[in-house]
Amino acid sequence: MSKLTFSIGGVHPRDCKPAKDKAIEQLPLPETMYVSMAQHLGAPAKPIVAVGDKVKTGQLIAESAGFISAMVHSPASGTVKAISPMPDIAGRMVPHIIIDVEGDEWVEGVDTGEDIVSEIPEDSLMMLERIKACGVVGLGGATFPTHIKLNPAPGSPKAEALLINGSECEPFLTSDYRLMIERPKRIIIGAAIMQQILGGPKCSICIEDNKPEAVTSMRNALAQLGYPDMEVVQLKKKYPQGSEKQLIQAVMRREVGSGALPISVGAVVQNVTTAYAVYEAVQKNKPLISNIITVTGDCLPVEAHHNYEFRIGMPLSYIAEYAGGVPKAAAKIVSGGPMMGKAIANLDAASVKGSSSLLYFKYETTKRLVEQACIRCGHCSDACPMGLEPFLLNRLYKAGDRLDELEKHAVQDCIECGCCLYSCPAGIPLLDNIRIAKQQVMSAMRARAAAAKASAEAKAASETKAEAKKQ
Amino acid sequence: MADSYIVSGNPHWHAPVSTRKIMLDVIIALSPALIVSFLFYGWSAIFVMLESIAFCVLTEWAITKFLMKKPSTIGDLSAVVTGILLAMTLPADMPWWIVLIGALVSIGVAKMTFGGIGQNIFNPAIVGRVFLLISFPAQMTTWPAPNGFIKNVDAFSGATLLQQVQLLGADKADALVNFGTLFENIGGSAGEISALALLVGWIYLLCRKVVKPWITISIFATVAVIAGIFHSIDPMTYTGPVFNLLTGGIILGSCFMANDYVTSPMNDWGGVLYGFGIGFILMMIRYFGSYPEGMAFAILIMNMTVPLINMAFHQRKYGRK
Repeated sequence: MSKLTFSIGGVHPRDCKPAKDKAIEQLPLPETMYVSMAQHLGAPAKPIVAVGDKVKTGQLIAESAGFISAMVHSPASGTVKAISPMPDIAGRMVPHIIIDVEGDEWVEGVDTGEDIVSEIPEDSLMMLERIKACGVVGLGGATFPTHIKLNPAPGSPKAEALLINGSECEPFLTSDYRLMIERPKRIIIGAAIMQQILGGPKCSICIEDNKPEAVTSMRNALAQLGYPDMEVVQLKKKYPQGSEKQLIQAVMRREVGSGALPISVGAVVQNVTTAYAVYEAVQKNKPLISNIITVTGDCLPVEAHHNYEFRIGMPLSYIAEYAGGVPKAAAKIVSGGPMMGKAIANLDAASVKGSSSLLYFKYETTKRLVEQACIRCGHCSDACPMGLEPFLLNRLYKAGDRLDELEKHAVQDCIECGCCLYSCPAGIPLLDNIRIAKQQVMSAMRARAAAAKASAEAKAASETKAEAKKQ
Repeated sequence: MADSYIVSGNPHWHAPVSTRKIMLDVIIALSPALIVSFLFYGWSAIFVMLESIAFCVLTEWAITKFLMKKPSTIGDLSAVVTGILLAMTLPADMPWWIVLIGALVSIGVAKMTFGGIGQNIFNPAIVGRVFLLISFPAQMTTWPAPNGFIKNVDAFSGATLLQQVQLLGADKADALVNFGTLFENIGGSAGEISALALLVGWIYLLCRKVVKPWITISIFATVAVIAGIFHSIDPMTYTGPVFNLLTGGIILGSCFMANDYVTSPMNDWGGVLYGFGIGFILMMIRYFGSYPEGMAFAILIMNMTVPLINMAFHQRKYGRK
């Protein structure tokens, strides 16, 4: 069988995962933990504890505030010391609940045992409720609340395929990989739970071919569990395979329209780590208070690479210190992978649900080329997985006031994967500029939609008025 | 935190590419043909080459420093590539002052007037060659007999095979060229004498993913089809596909000039159309024009259409019709 991959664009960054063979280690609890209220896509959660309250591990401390929002739980037992704004990794002020850690005493009703529960409950609604109550969000990067994705809006097409994303196409990141090696059964049970909630679509667990050990591990676990309608699919390595739209195209040969959701083509994509969190939530009633983080980079000795299971709310600097401190040669610290991660401006920021790595890069690796003139080589359009023409978008952006043309050339479809800037031989900051252009175009599109809605409402109102007059 | 770290948008590292590395690859790709030219024409070919490179680089350096008052761009090596390409279109015994004029026109007029690398509409080396061809027709069309380290018994000085078509007749000229010619020298400019060395260089560029094959293949296919049709109608008047594919500047032009990034279309299908245009114009000039060779003109004419082709051809976008 020829291996699948997506067909437009893509790049092949150096395959480099130095933390690949490091088993997951547990991090001890720090003295103080900082739990962010905005660690998911959507509205920040609303604290429901007060300063001085005693909390237990896994206790709900902040409720979702809005349709797209998520619950937040205490990562340890202790006392609420303060509820106040604190800078996140980018330095933006975000409300945090600060907890003085006293121990690790769990709330009641959570199964903290290590035994694997493979029997899946019948009641889909109950399972969906648990996923929501446990604050599970997408852990592949977007941190979109999982219960919403598993419960498509009425009228949307039926889910035909559930894709479990284990491609981990970014170099250096190994958290998904370690989970697939060490805890494959729980991922697969989590996948089966989501499959059942979605009404039984075919489930494909997608892994890139540079991780044969993960493929074997997952296949063995699946064979032991014996679920029907589930398979492990090997994909040809290419970045950004783990992007939702690209993964759907690779596996299903369908393309999600501009601005549309994956469910419009019958697809639901969930990360392997999300599947793991779903297992913990449904089978163990365990809220999402821990995740796996990779400490890695290109300026660390072999023994300094680690995969840790961390409690969500540990300061990143605490994790870095525990791992041996920030290496001297580090010029940039990235949360996430080298292609799509975010540069950390504030290492004292708290870890969040979506934290997947601390990546140290030395200056030679991370420095940008000196910007030169575009030589129109077309490498950027060859690399763009959305089929956009970054050189053109960059030129239109720089010309100024060309929003119509930028929209026509689909700048709003940009997924910010970084392939264009990565492959530009002239070192032009393509994505930096395109990101700004995209924001401008999207706000213009939103304003237009709002205006259209308002005028339609005004028209409807005047029509009812006229009708009332007639009568 | 006492230390400070770089904060900037993703991606956080870069592919091992740069304009300089690309140009270096082109220079490497041209080196087999340079060696062949040295073997056939001896040191004079090397002198012309070195003069051309030096004049091109100096012109660019002087213009950026004294006229544009900008940091020099010679480090990207694109002027070196232009210098090599220009030299490959010149007879190996060219006087130095003609080479200098060619370099001034190539870099000064065709490249820097438009703003330097990436901005030019026409291929600089070809503009230089055409300027010299029109200004110094005698020197530009008299080829020295190969007198280097390899001597061809049948070599002649004077006219190239393309120039002889009118003298000998198409059928006789055809008979002089077969696929064995790939390995031999056909009298002409440095760039014309070894088709095989140029093709080897082109394949190197393909393997290094510096260029895509579509423009080159499109030119070859167009030339083969047009020559095939005309030749089968009247073999006494029109030379055949093999002759037309192996003589003149077609291989140098198709493999190293027509597919120049800056002056060719961005899109693959746009490139196919552009290649067709070059092949068509080339054959029309060869069959019906007053010049024996038309590669340079064909490329320059199609260079002008590139902005239009770029407007008409776009990538296939994900999730859109």
